[in-house]
Amino acid sequence: MQFDQILQYTLSGLSTGAIYALIGIGFSIIYNATGIINFAQGEFVMLGGLFTLSCLEFLKLPLWAAIPCAITASTVVGILFERLAIRPLRQPTPINLVIITIGGSILIRGLAMLVWGKDTHSVTPFSGDTPIAIGGATILPQHLWILAITLIIIIINKLYFYHTISGKAMRACSYNRRAAGLVGIDVRRMVLFSFIISSAMGAVAGIIIAPLTMTAYDVGVMLGLKGFCAAIIGGMSSGLSTVIGGLILGVLESLGAGLISSGYKDAIAFIILLLILFIRPQGLFGKSDSERV
Amino acid sequence: MKKMSLLFSSICLSLVCATVSFASGTIRIGALFSVTGPASFLGEPEKKTLELLVKELNEKGGINGQKLEAVIYDTGGDATKAVQLATKLIKDDKVSVIIGPSTTGESMAVIPVVEKWKIPMISCAAGIKITDPVKHWVFKTPANDHIAAEKILNYMASKKQKSIALLTVTDGFGASGREQIKTLAKQKGFTIVADEVYGPKDTDMTAQLTKIRGIKPDAIICWGTNPGPAVITRNVKQLGLKTPLYMSHGVASKKYIELAGADSAEGVMLPAGKLAVYDALPKGDSQYKLLKGYDQSYKKAYGTEASTFGGYAYDAFLLTANAIKKVGSTPEQIRTGIEQASKLVSVSGIFTMSPKDHNGLDLSAFEMVKVVKGDWALLK
Repeated sequence: MQFDQILQYTLSGLSTGAIYALIGIGFSIIYNATGIINFAQGEFVMLGGLFTLSCLEFLKLPLWAAIPCAITASTVVGILFERLAIRPLRQPTPINLVIITIGGSILIRGLAMLVWGKDTHSVTPFSGDTPIAIGGATILPQHLWILAITLIIIIINKLYFYHTISGKAMRACSYNRRAAGLVGIDVRRMVLFSFIISSAMGAVAGIIIAPLTMTAYDVGVMLGLKGFCAAIIGGMSSGLSTVIGGLILGVLESLGAGLISSGYKDAIAFIILLLILFIRPQGLFGKSDSERV
Repeated sequence: MKKMSLLFSSICLSLVCATVSFASGTIRIGALFSVTGPASFLGEPEKKTLELLVKELNEKGGINGQKLEAVIYDTGGDATKAVQLATKLIKDDKVSVIIGPSTTGESMAVIPVVEKWKIPMISCAAGIKITDPVKHWVFKTPANDHIAAEKILNYMASKKQKSIALLTVTDGFGASGREQIKTLAKQKGFTIVADEVYGPKDTDMTAQLTKIRGIKPDAIICWGTNPGPAVITRNVKQLGLKTPLYMSHGVASKKYIELAGADSAEGVMLPAGKLAVYDALPKGDSQYKLLKGYDQSYKKAYGTEASTFGGYAYDAFLLTANAIKKVGSTPEQIRTGIEQASKLVSVSGIFTMSPKDHNGLDLSAFEMVKVVKGDWALLK
C-alpha cells in the first residue's frame, strides 16, 4: 500500500470526521442540559445549508451576510422547537422527549421538503475549488474551512462553559438539576439555551459542509446518525473527546472503505458504535463516573 | 335539511352528467403513479405529463370524436396500495387501460391483477423483469438498463479502453446496473479491475476513488442517480484523476452539471435519452420535433423543464392513443394496438413492439454525450 494513498484516506477521513464532531457536540450539549438525545439535531444541519441557499439565491445576500442569517433562522427554529414541543410537555420523561424529538425531526424534514422541494442543491465553495496538494494527497480549500471552523467552535465552547456565568450554570444543571434549581439557576432557561447553542452549531455544520457535499431536505438523517455515533464514542461530552470521537469515526470509515471494502463503510461506523455501547458505555475516554460537560 | 337536499340534487346532477359524458363515448385511462413518497421524482412529472396530454388531446377534439378521461391515483410508492388501486381502477372506474406504476416493485405486484382482469398495462418502470419474459397484457416504456450499459461499453470498445473500475450506488438502480455491466463486460471481453460501491446519501467518495487511482483502470463507470454522481465528479477533480469517467443515464439532466459544477463535469461521458439533449440533436432527427414540442408545452404549463421520467408517461399515452386510433377502444383492441405499434416516434425512442418484445426500444434510444463547457455535446 502506497504512502500517498494512506495519506489521502486519512485526510479525507479527518475532514469528514470534523463534521461528525460538530454535529456530535450538538447532541451532547442538549443531552447534558436535559438528559435527552435530540434526534432532530441532524435537521438543523440540513436547515443551515438550505437557509444559506435561500439567503444567497433569493435574498441575493453576499456569503458573509448569508451565513449569519442562516444561523439565526435555524436558531429561531430551534427555539420554536423547544418552546412548542419540549417545554409544554407535562410529564417530561426521557422516553417521551426522545419520541418528541423524532417526531419533530420528521415534521421539520417534511416542511423543508415543501419549502425547498425534493431536489438536491449545490452551494458555491467559500474560496474556490482548486485542490491543494499535501504530499501525494489533495484536499479542497473547503476542507480547511471545515477544520478551522470546527476548531474555533470548540474553543468558543470551552470558553463559554468554563468562563461565563450561564455556561457554568449549564454545567451545574448537567451535574444535578435539582441542586442547580435550589441554588437559583433557572433550569428551564438553561434547557432553552442548550437548544439555542446546539441548533446554531448544527446550522454552522450544515453551512460549512454544503459546498462540499451539497444539500437537500433529507441530508440530516444520515449526518445526524453519524454525529450521534461520534458523541457516543466521546462519551457524550461536549468537549474534546467528542471531537476525537468524530475524527476517529471519519478516519476509520475512510480507511475501511479504502483498505477493506467500500460496501462495509457504514457498517464499520455502526459496529464501532455497538462495540462502544457494549464495552465502554461511558465513552472511549470517560471514566465510569465522568464529568459530562 | 335544505343543505342536504341541495347536496343530494347536486350529486344526482353530477351522476347524470357523468353518465351523459360516458354515453357520448369517453374513453377512460387509468393511471397509477407514485406522486408522493420516495419515488415522487418519477411519479410527479408522470402525472403532470399525462394530465397535460389528455387536456391537449381533448382540446383538439379527442380521438375519432371520442374524448379521453384520465383517472390518476397516487400509490405513494407502495406496492400493496398499487394493487388495491389497480383493482379499483378496473372494477369501479372501468378503465380500458392502465398507465404506470412508476416503480418496478409496484409494477411486478400489479401484473397478476391486470393479467387476471385482462386490462392492458403500460408500466413506466425500467426493471427488465417487467417485460422479460413477455406477459400478454403488460408493456413498458423506459429502455432497459442494459441498453444504456451496452451503449457505454460499445463506446469504450471504439476507444480501446479495456479495464473498467466500477463505482455503483447501493440501491436498486445501482445494483441492477452493476449486474448488467458485469455480465456485458464478460461477454464483450472487458475486465473489471475494481468493483466499489457507495451509499445513496454518502457525502465523500475520495476513499473509493483513491483506491481506484492506485489500480489505474482505463475508465471508471459510475452508476447512480443524483447527488452521488455529482459528489464523485467533484472528488475526481479534487484527486486530479485523469481517467475517463462514464456516468449512467440516471444523471442525464442539466441538474447533474449544475450540482457537479461545469468545471468538474467537463469531459464526463454518459448515455442520455434524447429528451435531455434534444437541442444538441441534428435538426433532421426524427424525434426532434416531438421532443421540442413536449419540452416547450411542459415548460409553459408547469414552469419547469420536462424530464425523462415524465417522458415515460408520454410514451405510454402515445402508445395508447395510437392503439385507440388504429384499432379500437376496448381493452383487447388497445392491447392489440399497442403490440402492433411500429416505428412510433415518441420521447424515450422509436417504439416497435412485437409479440416477443413488449418494450420496443433498441440502442438508438440513447445517445452518447459528453459534457463540454457546462452543456451536452454529442459523441460520434
